[in-house]
Amino acid sequence: MQLFPCPFCGPRDETEFHYGGDAGNARPDGAEVPIESWTNYLYLRSNPKGTAREIWVHMSCGEFFVMERDTVTHKVLSSTALGGEHAA
Amino acid sequence: MTRRYSALSLFKEGLAGQTGWKQAWRSPEPKPTYDAIIIGGGGHGLATAYYLAKNHGITRVAVLEKGWIGGGNTGRNTTVVRSNYYYPESVELYGLAHRLYEGLSKDLNYNVMLSQRGMVNLCHSTAEMEIGARTVNAMQLNGIDAELFSSEDVRRVAPIYNFSPDARFPVFGGIWQGRAGTARHDAVAWGYARAASRLGVDIIQNCEITDFIVEGGRCRGVQTTRGAIRAERIGMAVAGHSSVLATKAGFRLPINSYALQACVSEPVKPILDTVVLSPGCGVYVSQSDKGEIVIGGGLDRVPSYAQRGNLPKLETVIAGLLEMFPIFGQLKLMRQWAGIVDVVPDSSPIIGPSPLPNLFLNCGWGTGGFKAIPSGGTLLANLLATGKHNDISRPFDLDRFASGRLIDEAAGSGIAH
Amino acid sequence: MSAARLATGGSAIDRSRPIRFSFDGASVDGFAGDTIASALLANDIAVVGRSFKYHRPRGIWGAGVEEPNALVDIGGPQASPNTRATTEPARDGLVAKSVNAMPNALSDRNAFLDRFARFIPAAFYYKTFMWPDWHMFEPRIRAMAGLGKVDTDWTSPGTADQVNHHCDVLVVGAGPAGLATARMAAGAGLSVTLVDDQREPGGSLGHRAGEIDGKPVAMWIEETVAVLTAGGHLILPSTTAFGIYDHDLVGLNQRHFDGRRDTLWRVRPRHIVLATGAIERPLPFANNDLPGVLSADAALAYLRRHAVLVGRRVVVATNNDSAYEVAAALAEAGADVTLVDIRRDGIPETPAKVRLVKGRALAAAMGRLRVEGVTLDDGTRLDADCVLVSGGWTPTIHLFGQAKGKLAWSGARAAFLPGDPVDGISVAGAAAGSVSLSEVFADARTAVAPLGPTTAALPRSTGPEATGGIVAAWPVPGSKGRIWIDYQNDVTVKDVELAARENFVSVEHLKRYTTLGMATDQGKTSNLPGLALMAGITGRTVPEVGTTTYRPPFTPVPLASFAGARVGELMAPVRRLPLESVHRESGAIFQEYGGWLRPAHYGGRGADTDRAIQDEALRARRSVALFDGSTLGKIEVIGPKAAAFVDFLYYNTMSTLKPGRCRYGFMLSENGVVFDDGVLVRLDEHRFVVSCSSSHVAAVHARLEEWRQDRFGRDAVYIHNATSDMATLTVSGPNARKLLETIDLGRSLDDADLPHMAIGHGSYGGDAVRIARVSFTGDRSYEISIPADRAEPLWAHLRQAGQAFDAVVIGLEALMILRAEKGFIVIGKDTDGTTLPHDLGSEGPRTKRQTEYVGRRSLFTEEASRGDRLQLVGLTVPSGEAPLPTGAHGIKRESGRLHSQGFVTSSYRSPTLGRPIALALIERGAARHGETIEVQHLGKVRTATIAAPCAFDPAGDRLHA
Ligand SMILES: Cc1cc2nc3c(=O)[nH]c(=O)nc-3n(C[C@H](O)[C@H](O)[C@H](O)COP(=O)(O)OP(=O)(O)OC[C@H]3O[C@@H](n4cnc5c(N)ncnc54)[C@H](O)[C@@H]3O)c2cc1C
Ligand SMILES: [Zn+2]
Repeated sequence: MQLFPCPFCGPRDETEFHYGGDAGNARPDGAEVPIESWTNYLYLRSNPKGTAREIWVHMSCGEFFVMERDTVTHKVLSSTALGGEHAA
Repeated sequence: MTRRYSALSLFKEGLAGQTGWKQAWRSPEPKPTYDAIIIGGGGHGLATAYYLAKNHGITRVAVLEKGWIGGGNTGRNTTVVRSNYYYPESVELYGLAHRLYEGLSKDLNYNVMLSQRGMVNLCHSTAEMEIGARTVNAMQLNGIDAELFSSEDVRRVAPIYNFSPDARFPVFGGIWQGRAGTARHDAVAWGYARAASRLGVDIIQNCEITDFIVEGGRCRGVQTTRGAIRAERIGMAVAGHSSVLATKAGFRLPINSYALQACVSEPVKPILDTVVLSPGCGVYVSQSDKGEIVIGGGLDRVPSYAQRGNLPKLETVIAGLLEMFPIFGQLKLMRQWAGIVDVVPDSSPIIGPSPLPNLFLNCGWGTGGFKAIPSGGTLLANLLATGKHNDISRPFDLDRFASGRLIDEAAGSGIAH
Repeated sequence: MSAARLATGGSAIDRSRPIRFSFDGASVDGFAGDTIASALLANDIAVVGRSFKYHRPRGIWGAGVEEPNALVDIGGPQASPNTRATTEPARDGLVAKSVNAMPNALSDRNAFLDRFARFIPAAFYYKTFMWPDWHMFEPRIRAMAGLGKVDTDWTSPGTADQVNHHCDVLVVGAGPAGLATARMAAGAGLSVTLVDDQREPGGSLGHRAGEIDGKPVAMWIEETVAVLTAGGHLILPSTTAFGIYDHDLVGLNQRHFDGRRDTLWRVRPRHIVLATGAIERPLPFANNDLPGVLSADAALAYLRRHAVLVGRRVVVATNNDSAYEVAAALAEAGADVTLVDIRRDGIPETPAKVRLVKGRALAAAMGRLRVEGVTLDDGTRLDADCVLVSGGWTPTIHLFGQAKGKLAWSGARAAFLPGDPVDGISVAGAAAGSVSLSEVFADARTAVAPLGPTTAALPRSTGPEATGGIVAAWPVPGSKGRIWIDYQNDVTVKDVELAARENFVSVEHLKRYTTLGMATDQGKTSNLPGLALMAGITGRTVPEVGTTTYRPPFTPVPLASFAGARVGELMAPVRRLPLESVHRESGAIFQEYGGWLRPAHYGGRGADTDRAIQDEALRARRSVALFDGSTLGKIEVIGPKAAAFVDFLYYNTMSTLKPGRCRYGFMLSENGVVFDDGVLVRLDEHRFVVSCSSSHVAAVHARLEEWRQDRFGRDAVYIHNATSDMATLTVSGPNARKLLETIDLGRSLDDADLPHMAIGHGSYGGDAVRIARVSFTGDRSYEISIPADRAEPLWAHLRQAGQAFDAVVIGLEALMILRAEKGFIVIGKDTDGTTLPHDLGSEGPRTKRQTEYVGRRSLFTEEASRGDRLQLVGLTVPSGEAPLPTGAHGIKRESGRLHSQGFVTSSYRSPTLGRPIALALIERGAARHGETIEVQHLGKVRTATIAAPCAFDPAGDRLHA
């Protein structure tokens, strides 16, 4: 059981969280965006081995946040609310 | 020296103290160049090498494996083999694999212990029975030996299932494939390795690809922990590590890597004869020829490259198992492990050229690529030999994400892999 | 007679409490405090089981968790196949049976297999059984598989408790290292939890000599336990730490022996101390698997703890000092002891009454069903009824390995020791390779040092100190005879040589090819000798060969411990309606729909089910129906950007909706697929209510939150899921308004005030209610939402008032018929994971909308624009025929083969129309109304005609009637 720090609630069990995707995956708007950009946004992932910046949601409080963690050691490096507040 | 495997050779070797056997595969030093390089010594990589040599006569081939062959998901999976898929494209792909599996032991002269004791996918409600019917009908139209089971049929093949009226997930029936079953995972890897090696393929272990050699915009070889190795055709079949290599090659893939867990109980005398999957309980289970109850469930919730089991998933999977088979409440867990699987949005594999010319992909098998090893190898071999898709691999090209023509079994049948 | 119980002694047994249990049908006497193994030994039962492959007779090897041989099936309510006799307490009345033996361990029908051993070496099955086919052989091989038996008549005696626990320091192992660490950590003001898999704390001190702080060890243990207990620290005996998981969560399994199931503990310590001791290794010699060959340390444990002398004429073979104490103690107890030491020099003083043979090793053990003698490597023969071996000690560092700790090879200790330190984990005592108590206590000090100053003094060893002095004695290639490495799985030196010959030289290949270390003991005694042998064969060092991965659990853990209370409904809880009990009283038959337990129909079971449903559907159209629609999603979207927000979330433009009005629409996923449908209500300028499908509430809510936070900002929109705050009661049918007008709802229900697709506010019994005129039946309908805890009186009132109108209460099944008559879809049933909105006939927004919305770009891919997409249609069959089976496929014939061209998604008999109706997704269906197609189900083909989805009241007159 991993412990993730919700910036709002503090450390909680991993089972309370849901993975939301790569952080910084900006959505291109419009019916005419080139299909490559749309496919990039919709499907392509960096999926790094090592440090990852990801969006997570703490389902208990409903808040989304950015978490930096190591996908090999599972060490959590930082956790920041979308508004910029850091986890305690 | 004994080369061929048979009851007779085993008997003769028995008289000679089993001392005459040769290496199952050779371990040569890597050569500086090959006609084709295959990255990843899992089932798919080794099968690719074998079919390159066998089907296309290309034998100046190296399989480069960072650890020991078969040590990735091929050696960690729960070995379910089936071909009852919903979409015709999937049926072509997995059907080919299933047919090849049926002849594989003889083809490789290695007993891979394909055990076709059937598999039932349970339906727990009227709604699931309706989807079950939709699925079975589609499969039958695709020429697959699928049957729609009633709850009585399920009782026949899995009498120890929880048929109590207050079961959390009562059985309304199920989807049955009689030709489905299991095979011995290690034997698949070793059998392909041995057969490929005998055809001249170099199998190089402890050789990690650290980078690609790119010249003139094309891939011309790889940098490895055992030096640079060049080739004009390079295939990669590295499962959960596909994104890692893709990053080195300068592109991204529609893949997230997750740990998929499995576990086994202590070995017991035969008690479960078929593979049983309960979507409600989130578990599939079979009994190995050694007697262990082999238990699999869904993905962990956290993307990961840490190849190990964790507790929360184990707890829910075991709870599901005991709901299915309450008498397994007597058993003990003996071993728990995980493999890193390559999960694609539509849960179908990616087979085809990569964005880097000369580099070809075989990945995205996620939780279900063991059953496809013979076809995955055949298709990647064809791509490496000809540079072109055939009809079976074409639909699985990376370009389907742009065209929108995904092949999502879960979307169609509610059943993923 | 060779093994026997002595007349006195035995620290663990209570001679005043005799017990009797059965083993393989024979009755066995023992005392409270015996293990099954110690009692079997006391009764001189040498053969206790059969090995996995060759069915060789097997006796007890050890006295603890490492036991590879002595497995028994325990029967009764506590049934447990493959239980280690060495760790299982003997209990009065217990029924134990040997495993893998028919009819019993002593005379096993399959014992003949051993004579064919040379034809069935490691991995032989890969080389044969291919012709004519594996299927011909597999059934017989399977029948041979497995060890113990599952009792098919067993019923669970209950569920296991699961406990979450926090502490500053978790000490695993209550031997001298663990006890000392715990005491010093407690002295540092930290909360300590101390666990040990044995029933009594003390570890090796339970049978090894020593003196601590000038006191006998027993007194020191007692005192330490007393100090810890008085300090409020937790001591868990009979508890195994089986795994270290992510972020240092430690899994413990605690046994109770009182009929309760084991307890699973999930411990989150700040610091972990592994004081897990070490396990004695066998020595390689021919037939070293014979019953009567035991671990020397185990023999000492049986002697001192259980007063069992394991033999009369005992050969003790060793390569290290630890066996000397064993030899001395057995000789003292009356055995005739010969000590065979492979070393010549640097060996301890020969104990009294012990014959020493130095510089010699055992070449073979002799005997058929048990040891009768040994030969030494110089050919000397010695009589013996028991052989005790000590091949050195393997530190128990499984948990350290699981925590990804790296191991370091120590040539001097002939063992892998913990290497680089791992954050938050210390290893102490024999687990760290220490031998003497002084070394052990020094480890304890090091382990506790980073935790802060302690008031507890470091214990001092004041007695004789244990020494190591090991000279490695690994199995070597080319040895004569059959030398076992893995006892349970029957892996011999020759098998390892075969693996090497065939290039299975990587340690993981070795393990998989030979099954070395894959038995229920997970190689606790066999892994290191196996890989040392591989090193010898391949000319590598042991660390070059490396170890296999340590995987949890350390010892097998009952599945029930992991499941805990998650049994039956608790395994996957259903959601329940506020009015469930009221519906039950009305005879509702409940079924689960998308996670909710809902009335399927009222009355009518078995064969009458269909009639009950048909009747409900028919009467609903005739007059008026009451339906509990409380599961309907009610998610409020509030804030200055609420209108822009719902525009973005829905496929349909929603911002043009007037306050007080409702609009039906789709929500798409970013891949364009229809994710949910439903009605959006605009309460006022900045406030909407999303009515999503019952089974999608959580997912829709999550989606709204995601877009709110990611795209609109927390301040711009606020989202509140009010689904379970309110019950929703639906009144539908031609007489719906008439019925409602008999009830005071605090407002006018006049069509001018409350037209179709409008909402109004009212009150009932002092509670505010919201009334929405939306219809899923095609009839005039009113959905009344009222605070959930106030729903019961309103429901009763509706039912009572309904009597005058012949109102019918309908379940979900009748509703499904009514909505299907109208061609209204259910997402996930009439759509699949590829259905796009235009497949359902909703083309407008796709072609006309200029503003952005979720999933938009995906509606213009190549695939989305194909002409042959599956589209929603109705299917009709002649009125006398049965309804089409849901799940049947439309078929077409192309190039001599049948192909699917879509499938039936919903199909019912319509009581109102008096004929079957169906919805389907059919290729190009929208343009093919009137065309007759073939439909196939389980091989049978029928015909059906494509029609518009709506089969009833296509003009929609009944909404206003
Ligand atoms: C627990 C579990 C259960 C499963 N159950 C089933 C099942 O029942 N049925 C089924 O069909 N499928 C199942 N699967 C999926 C199946 O195991 C995989 O899809 C399949 O084995 C993939 O084979 P592969 O050859 O592509 O990958 P792998 O066997 O993982 O081989 C990839 C190889 O690439 C090597 N590699 C990686 N990076 C590099 C590098 N940089 N340089 C060199 N080599 C590299 C790895 O070491 C590895 O040996 C399961 C998977 C898991 C984890
Ligand atoms: Zn939170």
